[in-house]
Amino acid sequence: MTTTTQPAPTTAAPRGRGGFLQSVTDSLVMAKRNLIRMMRIPEVVIFGLIQPIMFVVLFSYVFGGSIKVPGAGTDPSAYREFLMAGIFAQTVTFATAGAGAGIAEDMHKGLIDRFRSLPMSRGAVLTGRTLADLVQTALTLVVLAVVAALVGWRAHDGVLNALAGFGLLLLLGYAFTWIGALIGLTVRTPEAATSGGLIWLFPLTFISVAFVPSQNMPSFLQHIAEWNPFSATVVACRDLFGNFPPNYPIPDAWPMQHPVLASLIWSVVIILFFRTLAVRKYRSATV
Amino acid sequence: MPGAIYAEGLVKTFGDVRALDGVDLDVPEGTVLGLLGPNGAGKTTAVRVLTTLLRPDSGTAVVAGIDVLKNPTAVRRSIGLSGQFAAVDEYLTGRENLQMVGQLYQMSGRDAKKRACELLDRFNLADAADRTAKTYSGGMRRRLDLAAALVVSPPVMFMDEPTTGLDPRNRQGLWEVIEELVAGGTTLLLTTQYLEEADRLAHDIAVVDHGKVIARGTSDQLKAQTGGERIEVVVHEREHIAPARGILERHQLGGTSQGGCTVEEHTRKLTVPVSGGAKLLAEVIRELDTAGIEIDDIGLRRPTLDDVFITLTGHAAEDEPELKADAKPGTEEAAK
Repeated sequence: MTTTTQPAPTTAAPRGRGGFLQSVTDSLVMAKRNLIRMMRIPEVVIFGLIQPIMFVVLFSYVFGGSIKVPGAGTDPSAYREFLMAGIFAQTVTFATAGAGAGIAEDMHKGLIDRFRSLPMSRGAVLTGRTLADLVQTALTLVVLAVVAALVGWRAHDGVLNALAGFGLLLLLGYAFTWIGALIGLTVRTPEAATSGGLIWLFPLTFISVAFVPSQNMPSFLQHIAEWNPFSATVVACRDLFGNFPPNYPIPDAWPMQHPVLASLIWSVVIILFFRTLAVRKYRSATV
Repeated sequence: MPGAIYAEGLVKTFGDVRALDGVDLDVPEGTVLGLLGPNGAGKTTAVRVLTTLLRPDSGTAVVAGIDVLKNPTAVRRSIGLSGQFAAVDEYLTGRENLQMVGQLYQMSGRDAKKRACELLDRFNLADAADRTAKTYSGGMRRRLDLAAALVVSPPVMFMDEPTTGLDPRNRQGLWEVIEELVAGGTTLLLTTQYLEEADRLAHDIAVVDHGKVIARGTSDQLKAQTGGERIEVVVHEREHIAPARGILERHQLGGTSQGGCTVEEHTRKLTVPVSGGAKLLAEVIRELDTAGIEIDDIGLRRPTLDDVFITLTGHAAEDEPELKADAKPGTEEAAK
C-alpha cells in the first residue's frame, strides 16, 4: 500500500509472563473489549432492562392480588415484597443468553480462531466475556432495584445484609454466564445461542420458589423447586432483605433451611464445573 | 535442516472424511509456498494444524524450529495468522483492534499503542483509525486483519485465501503488501484458489486435492505440466472448422503432429496448446484471415486452476461432490 516504510526485521513476540498473572491481564484486555462493545451497542443493555421491569410491573399488579403468601395474612403488599428476590434472581440468570450469543458470534466471525492463534491465556476470552457480563448484570440490578423500590419493595434488614443479597445474586449471574459460554461454544451461531440460552431458563426459574411459594405445588415439583439451585439464592435474598412475612413456613429441605450457604455452594460448583468444560471446549473449538 | 515450516505425514480425519491424508511440506526460510486447491481440498485444515488450532491425528509439524504439537504456545509467539474471515471486532475501531491484539501478544500497553500507529500508517488506515471496523469496506477490513497478523512482525506468516472476495484493485494492493512483507524476510504459507495469485506471490506451489499434495514445483513447472498457453478460436461457419484446424495444428506446441487441437463441433470452438504468446496469436489471425476464415472470437488463454486440475487429477476443481469435507472443521464454505 505504501512505498515509504521498509518492513522491520521479523521478531517473535515477547515471552509472556505466563501463569496466573498473564491470565489476569489477558482476561482484563478481553473484558475491556467486551465493555467497549456494550457501550457501542446500548440497545442490548436497554432491551435487557425492559423485560425484568415488565415482569416487576406485571407480577406485582396482575398476579399480586391473586397469589397468597403463606403467613402474610391479608396484607396486599406482601406478594410484592416476596416477589422481588425472584425477579432479581431471574434477571441475573438471563445474562446467560448474552454471554452465549457473544461467544457464538466470536466463533462465527473467526475471532476465536484469531485469539486461539495468539500466545494468550487459554481461559481469557471466556473469562473476559463473563466479567463484562457481570458488569452489565450489576448495572441491570441497580436499575431494577430502583424500579422495585418505586413499586414499594424495601430491604428491611440493613445495608450490609442487602449488599450480601446482591452479592449472592451477582455470583449466581456470574455462574450462569459460564453455562452461557459453554452453550455459545457448542451451538456456533448467535441466534441459536440466544434461544438456546433462554429456553431452559423458563422451567428452571418457574419450577422454583421465585414467583410462588412451593407449598402449593404437587409434591414432586415441590422437591425439585426446593433443591433447585436457583431457589437457594432466591430464599437467601428474601432472608437477607427481610422480605418473608413474619410467620412464613420455610420448607424443611436443607437448601431452604440454609439458603445462604446453599446459594454459595451451588454458584461455586456451577462456576467450577462449567468453567472447566467451557475452557476445554474452547481449546479444541472449531467452527 | 528443515525449513521455517515443515510438516511430515499430517493426517486429520473428520468422521470418514480424510481432510488431510499424509501431507508433507517444507518451506525454506524467507520463501513463499502457495497451497493451491479447490474448496474442501484440505488447505484450511493444513493451515489450522500448522497454526496450533487443530491437532492432527498423526504426523509432525515444526514451525520456526518449534514443534507445533509439543510446544504450541512458543509457536504462537512466532506466527501471524490471517484467516479466511477478516477476523476483526467490528464494534472496535481499527486502532482498538490492533492495540488489543498487541496486548494479547504480551506487549506493554505503550508498545501496543505505538505499534498500532505504525501499522495503521503502513496499511493506509490512519484516516479511518478511530472509526469502528463496522464502517470499513471489505478491502479495509482485510488490511486491518493483515495488520493484526503483523503486530509482532512474526518470522512465519500464514494466510488463508487472503484475497478471496476482494475486488481487483484491493487484491492488487494486498499483493503489494504481501510482497513487501516477504522482502523483509518473512516466511509465508499462502492458500489460494487462484493460480494467478500463486503465480505472482509464491516461490513454490503445492497443489492439494483430497487431503494430498498431488503436485509441487514452481509455477512454470506446473504450467508446463498443464500444457501452458493455448489459443482458442470460434469460427463463424461450420465448414471452416477443418481448414482452421490445419492452421492451428501447424503452430501447436511440440510440432505439427496431428491431434493437439481439440474441437467442439456444436460451438465451433477449436483449442490448441501453444507457447508463442501474443506474437503467435497475431500470426494465427493473419493466416486465418488470408485463408478467408471468418472468426467470431479468438483469444490466448493461460492455464487456470481448472486446467491444472483437469491435467493433474482428471476432474474439474468445481464439481467436487465431497466439497463439504473441509467446510465443517474449517471455514472455506462459510466464507463465501
